[in-house]
Amino acid sequence: MKLPVYIGLLDEAEATLASSFRVVADGHGDEPDVHFILQTFAKKCDAHREALKPVIDRYGEDIEGEEEHRLTANGMTEVRSGPLALMLDLQDLYVLVNHIDVTWMMVGQAAKGARDTELQGVVEQCEGDSELEIRWLQTRMKQAAPQALLVAE
Amino acid sequence: MTDRIADIWGERTPHGSGQAWPGRVDQVLAEGLTDGDVDRWVQSACVLCSNGCGCDIAVKDGKMVGIRGRAQDRVNRGRLGPKGLYGSWQGEQHRDRLTRPLIRVDGRLVETDWDTAMGRIVERSKELLASKGPLSHGFYTSGQLFLEEYYALGILGKAGIGTPHMDGNTRLCTATAAASLKESFGADGQPGSYADVDECSAIFLYGHNMAETQTVLWARVLDRLEGPNPPKLVCVDPRDTEVARRADVHLPVHPGTNLALMNGLVRELFANGWIDEDYIAEHTANVDQLRSVVEPWTPEKVAETCGVQAADVRRAAEIFGTGEKILSTVLQGFYQSAHATASACQVNNLHLLRGMLGRPGCGLLQMNGQPTAQNNRECGADGDLPGFRNWENPQHVQDLARLWNVDPAIIPDWAPPTHALQIFRYVEQGSIELLWISATNPAVSMPQLERIRHILDQESLFLVVQDIYLTETAQYADVVLPCAAWGEKTGTFTNADRTVHLSEKAVDPPGEARSDLDVFLDYARRMGFTDKDGRPLLDWSGPEDGFEAWKECSRGRPCDYTGLSYDKLRGGSGIQWPCTDDQPAGTEHSTGTERLYTDGGFPTAPEYCESFGHDLLTGATTGETEYKATVQPGKAWLKALDYTPPHEEPDAEYPLRYTTGRTAYHFHTRTKTGRSRRLNGAAPEPWIEMSVEDAARAGCQEGDIARVTSRRGSLEVPVRVGDIRPGTVFAPFHYGYWDTSDGGPHRAANELTITEWDPVSKQPLFKNAAVRVEKLRTGDGPSKAPDTTASRRATGAQR
Repeated sequence: MKLPVYIGLLDEAEATLASSFRVVADGHGDEPDVHFILQTFAKKCDAHREALKPVIDRYGEDIEGEEEHRLTANGMTEVRSGPLALMLDLQDLYVLVNHIDVTWMMVGQAAKGARDTELQGVVEQCEGDSELEIRWLQTRMKQAAPQALLVAE
Repeated sequence: MTDRIADIWGERTPHGSGQAWPGRVDQVLAEGLTDGDVDRWVQSACVLCSNGCGCDIAVKDGKMVGIRGRAQDRVNRGRLGPKGLYGSWQGEQHRDRLTRPLIRVDGRLVETDWDTAMGRIVERSKELLASKGPLSHGFYTSGQLFLEEYYALGILGKAGIGTPHMDGNTRLCTATAAASLKESFGADGQPGSYADVDECSAIFLYGHNMAETQTVLWARVLDRLEGPNPPKLVCVDPRDTEVARRADVHLPVHPGTNLALMNGLVRELFANGWIDEDYIAEHTANVDQLRSVVEPWTPEKVAETCGVQAADVRRAAEIFGTGEKILSTVLQGFYQSAHATASACQVNNLHLLRGMLGRPGCGLLQMNGQPTAQNNRECGADGDLPGFRNWENPQHVQDLARLWNVDPAIIPDWAPPTHALQIFRYVEQGSIELLWISATNPAVSMPQLERIRHILDQESLFLVVQDIYLTETAQYADVVLPCAAWGEKTGTFTNADRTVHLSEKAVDPPGEARSDLDVFLDYARRMGFTDKDGRPLLDWSGPEDGFEAWKECSRGRPCDYTGLSYDKLRGGSGIQWPCTDDQPAGTEHSTGTERLYTDGGFPTAPEYCESFGHDLLTGATTGETEYKATVQPGKAWLKALDYTPPHEEPDAEYPLRYTTGRTAYHFHTRTKTGRSRRLNGAAPEPWIEMSVEDAARAGCQEGDIARVTSRRGSLEVPVRVGDIRPGTVFAPFHYGYWDTSDGGPHRAANELTITEWDPVSKQPLFKNAAVRVEKLRTGDGPSKAPDTTASRRATGAQR
């Protein structure tokens, strides 16, 4: 049974995303909407990890084989500078959130297959958040793109 | 008429439920003049708050010499407030008026002629359009121009230049009203009517110090309170305002906690079955989500979060839940605070849950702060598309392109409209290089002023300012254009309850000053903006052409003006939109459409709505696909958001909550009211309002000079020890620097405010900051804060 591998991946990915949200939030303090909303999102990641705890207690996080299964979605440790910085940083977050979103989807499928209602509940709660994060990132990048690509220097 | 500085609301003319509000004509003439001296009276409406009181301007020898309320007008039945009586024409006749254009030469502003000034603007504008394109241009306008002026600006910005960077100071005052109406009902448009005051059995005022912001509307409420069967009154406000003093229930919530209270009130409606199941089923969507979001918000939890009594929360909910006809009004206490749109939507939800819309007395007034803010929202000078059209609906963009006879590609529908603080951010980053500010004063009214001054002073910026005085903002300009004020030009405007008034030109503007409309038309002409057939984009010869053009733009939309004309607006009362040929203004006492949503049908159909909506937590757009998949056309949305604490809360270093607001005697940044002798005398200088215990803790007594510090700056102002709730301090936002000597200490309230905005409405959070207060020195007497209003000295009313 490989579900514990994916639960471990998920837990790790949420931790990575939380710290990446915080890095971008801190690095773009001059964009107050980005600054505050990414902090809110980071807190959601913390809550997701909290929600996963009882599941991890039951299944364990399969450390064995994790290296081999690890997906190549590294977190962000610093923000960029320059006129394209905000857009590129948001785009990196976009990749990370989509990675998590699809991971939740797959874990959700397994939860259904295993008739694990507790895990299904966790998935339901957390999937909605990553969908919202995707929509917000799209909204903000749509706003930023024309100015950044056409006029900013 | 009593002296209306001392007696702000005037004599009572009580009326009972369902009775017409009696008339009372207020009038002020220049000293020494009597009615017989007046050459003529010219019809207008007052522009010194959002109420839109019908008035006539007295003219003698080509000069404005007086003002009188119009007895036949539905808004005020003859009354005027102190600002209209003492600051309307008086505030425009000061020797400081700008009479010639100014341009910057060697760092100094010097007088020039219109040709030179406009030539400079056009040269820079053309140069930037050629080298950088339309996104190099930003326009920041007002809530105080006329409809025709906004529409001209909207057209030249959207179809002449093609920039999404257009907004108004309406973003600071009324954006949340518009946003919450769009989120709940699918389109902007005030559901209620001022006449609901005459019919209701209870009035809820949410963050709305009506007694000072709309003094004439408050007089109408006072007349109900002193008549037979008076309405119950519920007030949500951290200050002991006149509204709070008259209230049956006063909920002095901590600033920043409105949403917790609202979620609690909605919960009580569910918990006690005070809801209209049939109405909810037939006319709303999303009730289950609303129910689950508010479920945790028991009165006890609300009490703990908001700092109020649980019993008062229950009592307020009971008044709403069991009242026969409820009127709600909402203003800056909600709009300029945390979770603005979500909190305003909860007010909409209360009315939807009880089916209290579209009937006499059952009204909802998401208010405006400024007289013509509504027109900015309608005409597309603030980022919305004209006629409440939907940015995300290609058909709506096509409609506009057809109307203007332009290529649809020029209309910037590919990016969401840029809100004011984002426009300033682009200026800060140097990507907007031409900023055109009309009739507003961001150097005093925007948050975090040190930053705003730095932005306005930016080397890369070419700044155009058009105004009637050399404001704090104009002093940073490269070109200053002197404009005509109210009474010096003709145009229409629409108040907070959709009443359209015509304001006629009474006198000529001073010197070479021109109307804002003439300036915009002149710019469009000089820029050579044309339609697809090479004809001028804006070929209006004057305001009436603009009004006729606007009527076509509004046709078939919620704000339909097609049944109105200048002629129909002359002589009688103002008229409420929508007003169409099918429902003609017709007879002499016609009042257009009194209330919206009388049949419980809402403009949410995807092809008709103004917005597909947003997530209330983040502002993420819903998008067309999701909207179409979930909407139940014609039903209103019950939208909800759970409460989380605001981002800046008091701590050890900054232990007090800071909120800003208004006094009855001043409007905005005092450009006019500060130049009225009577009004300035009533409130000549700023102050900081503190409770008895907070003042004692800071070692301050009445009139002592204190330093108030936030993470962004500090003020040095006299202390008023008043009846504000402990833990919160208040500063009026009107005061800037034009009437202080250079280099004096900071006194503008917005030195301290935070650059943060509501995620949906993008309205800045002026009422959420943390500060500390220290005594600087002993004062030489009491502060000069008014003793007639919420700022009056402590009486022990605070809890």
